[in-house]
Amino acid sequence: MSIRPPPVAPVQPVSVSGGAQAPSTAVPASATEEIAFDIRDFSLWYGARQALDTVSIRVPARKVTAIIGPSGCGKSTFLRALNRLHELTPGTRISGSLRLFGEDLYGRDVDPAVVRRRVGMVFQKSNPFPTLSIEENVLVGLRLNGVRDRAFLRQRLEETLRMAALWDDVKDHLRRPGISLSGGQQQRLCIARSLAVEPEILLMDEPCSALDPLATAKIEELIQSLRETHTVVIVTHNMQQAARCSDRTAFFYLGKLVEFADTRTVFMNPHNPQTEAYVSGRFG
Amino acid sequence: MTRPSFQLNPARDRWRRAINRAITVLLFLCAVLVMTPLFLVIYFLVSRGASSLDWNFFTQLPKPTGELGGGMANAIVGSLTLLAMAAVIGVPLGVLGGIYLAEYGVARLNGYVRFAADVLNGVPSIVWGMVVYLMLVVPFKTFSAYAGGVALGLMMIPLVMRTTEEVLVLVPQSYREAALALGIARWKVITKIVLKTALKGIVTGVLIALARVAGETAPLLFTALGNNFWNHNLREPIAALPLQIFSYAISPYDDWHRQAWAGALVLMAIILAINLSVRALTRGRNSR
Repeated sequence: MSIRPPPVAPVQPVSVSGGAQAPSTAVPASATEEIAFDIRDFSLWYGARQALDTVSIRVPARKVTAIIGPSGCGKSTFLRALNRLHELTPGTRISGSLRLFGEDLYGRDVDPAVVRRRVGMVFQKSNPFPTLSIEENVLVGLRLNGVRDRAFLRQRLEETLRMAALWDDVKDHLRRPGISLSGGQQQRLCIARSLAVEPEILLMDEPCSALDPLATAKIEELIQSLRETHTVVIVTHNMQQAARCSDRTAFFYLGKLVEFADTRTVFMNPHNPQTEAYVSGRFG
Repeated sequence: MTRPSFQLNPARDRWRRAINRAITVLLFLCAVLVMTPLFLVIYFLVSRGASSLDWNFFTQLPKPTGELGGGMANAIVGSLTLLAMAAVIGVPLGVLGGIYLAEYGVARLNGYVRFAADVLNGVPSIVWGMVVYLMLVVPFKTFSAYAGGVALGLMMIPLVMRTTEEVLVLVPQSYREAALALGIARWKVITKIVLKTALKGIVTGVLIALARVAGETAPLLFTALGNNFWNHNLREPIAALPLQIFSYAISPYDDWHRQAWAGALVLMAIILAINLSVRALTRGRNSR
């Protein structure tokens, strides 16, 4: 981990046209591809410890982007910076620019709650609210954001549970506690809960690491079905998973983005020797 | 090469079993010793107090000196009134303080607030009575139910605050993160998700604090003062079970001594009832 002195200057959004990319992080993207996150020279510190070091990456819209790298490389930190959840940790500081569809996520007038409504998140360990039923868990985001329309809530409940491939399992006992479900079902419930507030982006932080292979397969299927409508960014320790279900793969090491390219390229023909060593299992 | 034998040495084994049995018995005796005072309290209260407990005790006012009979109806109602007033002061301030410590506070200031709360928990209860005497009795020139309620309420604040903080900190951070990631405003996350998850723990803390102050006598001596009649105005002195027990117990009359035992039994029953509801609540939580 490189430790640099904290920047003196405040956050300075870099203009979209400027800034040359390092060859290893260049994306072989078509010119028409829409970019969801446009991130330039983004650094993040926890106190004096630097967790992300001048990361520049353009995450495409309506594609699945996988983030891989050894533990402590900054993958989860990067993901949490995408919906400003890292701000819960006291003493964090950022520099650089992070834009979502052209808008500065860290702008002066941006409400983090609004950011998080557009950028949902699914966590490593399923965490349905223990006091709420299955139905209440799915709808809690809408309800606590002021939605009262019963017909709409009812429709959204079924829609999102279907999207999460959970409707058939739970339609007859929606009033049961969310934590009465199995681990895999709980994780799909959490995905439904995130989808209910209609985010454009879904961040997933090792969503399958606590699940068995069958439950994992269901979540991966679900990710495939979401890529039509949603931008998915998934952190994973499982390289087969990254290879199976992502369009692009980013390899992080020691807080830096080492390589970002088509998943096939990263796994079959990586430019960077570190990437090659990691994906072939020689370190990490 | 000889292998070490798995066979036990019979002499050492007997010795080891004997030690094991002796220590087990010793620990069991310690456990019994811990429970003995409770059984003693209940035994004395029931043997001395039960015979004086009758319907009149719960329905009648104390009789004037020299007359037999009468009851502590006013003291029972007075104690419940004082507890209600204490809860009105102690619960909101304590819970809000606990929320501040657990959810909003910055580490340095929190350290000071926690330390202050711990010191307050250790302030002798008679000191609370003296402070409230100077705050509310001297300026208004009268002992009052309000002063008694404030004294008990002030005692409750640090108790409720620390238990609230403790149960809120036990709510896993992952629930806060999940709720915030849904774009829910922070105050709603705290009131609708975090507090709801910790509700049983908070109610338990409030009940324990109530049980603690229900038996306090010293803070009431210079504030609520006590009263042999019904209290019709909270700006006037009010009776309370501990005060009534105290004044009857130090009196020279046998009949009043009997009533003091009965009063102590009732007070103990109220506190036991509160503790039993705490147990019922926490059992519900553990079974989940």
